[in-house]
Amino acid sequence: MAVDARGSLGAAATRGVWWREERFRFWASQVLGVAVAAGLIGYFWHNAAVNMARQGIASGFGFLNREAGFEISTTLVSYTPADTYGRALVVGLLNTLLVAAIGCVFTTIFGVLLGIARLSGNWLLRKVTLWYVEIFRNTPLLLQLIVWWDLIRISAPGPRQAWQIFPSVFVSNRGLAFPVPVWHEAYVWMSAALLIGVLATLGVARWAKHRQERTGAQFHTIWAGFGLIVLFPLAVFFAAGAPLDLDKPALAGFNFRGGTIISPEFAALLFGLIANTSAFVAEIVRSGIQAVSWGQTEAASALGLRQGHVLRLVVLPQAVRVIIPPMTSEYLSLTKNSSLAVAIGFADFVSVANTEMNQTGQAVEVITILMAVYLTISLLISASMNLYNRYVALVER
Amino acid sequence: MKSLNLLGAALAVVLGAAPALAGPTIDKIKAAGVVTCGVSTGLAGFSMADQQGNYTGLDVDTCRAIAAAVLGDAKKAKFVPTSAQQRFTALQSGEIDILTRNTTETLAREADLGFNFAPVTYYDGQGFMVAKKLGVKTAKDLAGATVCVQPGTTTELNLADYFRTNKLEFKPLVIEKLDEVENAFFSGRCDAYTTDRSGLAATRVSKAPSPDDYVILPEVISKEPLAPVVRTGDDEWLHIVKWVVYALIDAEEKGVTSKNVDQMLTSDDPEVKRMLGATPGMGKSLHLDEKWAYNAIKQVGNYGEIFDRNVGRGSPLKLDRGINALWSNEGLMYAMPIR
Repeated sequence: MAVDARGSLGAAATRGVWWREERFRFWASQVLGVAVAAGLIGYFWHNAAVNMARQGIASGFGFLNREAGFEISTTLVSYTPADTYGRALVVGLLNTLLVAAIGCVFTTIFGVLLGIARLSGNWLLRKVTLWYVEIFRNTPLLLQLIVWWDLIRISAPGPRQAWQIFPSVFVSNRGLAFPVPVWHEAYVWMSAALLIGVLATLGVARWAKHRQERTGAQFHTIWAGFGLIVLFPLAVFFAAGAPLDLDKPALAGFNFRGGTIISPEFAALLFGLIANTSAFVAEIVRSGIQAVSWGQTEAASALGLRQGHVLRLVVLPQAVRVIIPPMTSEYLSLTKNSSLAVAIGFADFVSVANTEMNQTGQAVEVITILMAVYLTISLLISASMNLYNRYVALVER
Repeated sequence: MKSLNLLGAALAVVLGAAPALAGPTIDKIKAAGVVTCGVSTGLAGFSMADQQGNYTGLDVDTCRAIAAAVLGDAKKAKFVPTSAQQRFTALQSGEIDILTRNTTETLAREADLGFNFAPVTYYDGQGFMVAKKLGVKTAKDLAGATVCVQPGTTTELNLADYFRTNKLEFKPLVIEKLDEVENAFFSGRCDAYTTDRSGLAATRVSKAPSPDDYVILPEVISKEPLAPVVRTGDDEWLHIVKWVVYALIDAEEKGVTSKNVDQMLTSDDPEVKRMLGATPGMGKSLHLDEKWAYNAIKQVGNYGEIFDRNVGRGSPLKLDRGINALWSNEGLMYAMPIR
């Protein structure tokens, strides 16, 4: 009673004064925060505009429509120096995204394998992965990239003395040149077959899971999947008459013509990022596995599950919940670290943007674009990882 | 890290309080007692530091001559190494007073970046260097070649223009650090290295494992007038820089050298007397000591001396005067009258 009385007394005392009400304080602090932030940004923007105008520095984003005039060596879309600064930025952005996408996929694969190897019963394997992780985690990434690049560049011969490791596959200090199939319409049908195969496999897996839950009978989804994903497109390929014309690289003058070539800079960047980030991922995976209590493994073994099954069916699904959130930040750092490409001459987004900054002198605009683009990429990665996290998270009933 | 530097420079433009940038450069220099010049990160003949940190080079001497003219002492020059990409933001943000860094004068740089170019101190042109064993005789043979180049330079643009005009393909390898780009070329990653021909000569002499294994191709694919740069909006400072450079050239034309400058004080030539301050007036017009040009020539030498010492006969580069000779010797060096 006494407590009640005091409580209502306090409420009565504050109710009369509007600026002491909780709701007012909540909104006021939010509005004030936004206003201060907007004011600061506005002040800096205005200051920059005034300073630049007084110094006669060009401003605005009009330069994006002007002719770039510089060449880029690695392009996923067609680009010539006659294209605009805007298109050059797109070329650089696609290069960054390519590195990030390939890097994230391989980092995940190697990181998981390394993390499992760290806990292996095999002494040698355990120690080797421990050393790997410690070396790659504890040296600067920039240094590693330069070492990879120097290794590739110095150990590989010039194009005229290139090593032919397979028929029409050459390794030189110009990169790895290999043949690519010449375009044929059968490839469209093969892609369609592949897509159907993947979807059908997913369906089969779902059906098999239901059946197993109902009857306990297992189904070899892996073999069905192999048939659908690999054999079905191959069958389409042979049905179309096996149209395999290869565009083969051959030495012409200074360089390889034909086929496609992976430059030492791209390779060094990719190796460096994957080697470095997978060391971090290995530790995340290790800690995730160790977070699943040992009793789970013992219980699964007691039920008669084989070791692979224990890992795949019991331990990993639970470990994934612990692994996902820190993995997000590894993907983010891999993507952002890809900007170290500047140091080894790969034309990534930052490298192209730097060139533009210097050719146009519009540092403020270009840095604004740089920050906006990296922020967007990072937020997209975060958002998709959060979605996946929600999907695997423990659903409490 | 470089991006951080650039970001820092850009932030300086964004955050910099108005008065810090508006004040005349000359007041800042006199208060600091030192002229701060942006130079390259190491280009033999133009600006390069030895192991003791002593800078030498044509651009370095231009800066020293300005320090001697303004502060009376050529040693009161401070050198800030800038990469090809950092140099303009360093000047815009006021980190340096003047850029003496083998920088090509172009319309866009002057009009868009908010700069003024002083008179040209070296007329250069872009060329290609290749390994002799490639057997390349002319740049037209470079179809399909990989070319090493530094980003953010007129070189990068000229390169693309040249190959476009001649309908040849090429692959650029773009690396910002000069050392790295040179390493990439000498390790055989690129077939050709392109930059200003003076720069090629400097790299060949100072960095090649064996200079005789490399040749500079005969083509000159661009005009590269290299000149000191200052910010717009400070005419007093521009006038000083401009007339110090003219005085160095004029001194060569009139035969005034660091050795004979004291005797020349009593010369019969009225222009020499005006220049050296024996007849007062010129210094006052520039708001400098009457000994401005005397100090510069006495302590650094005339243009011819500077050229020979750094890039000409008296240097490892052994470049000909060529178009950098005085106008009276069929070159382009022509100083406006000091009167």
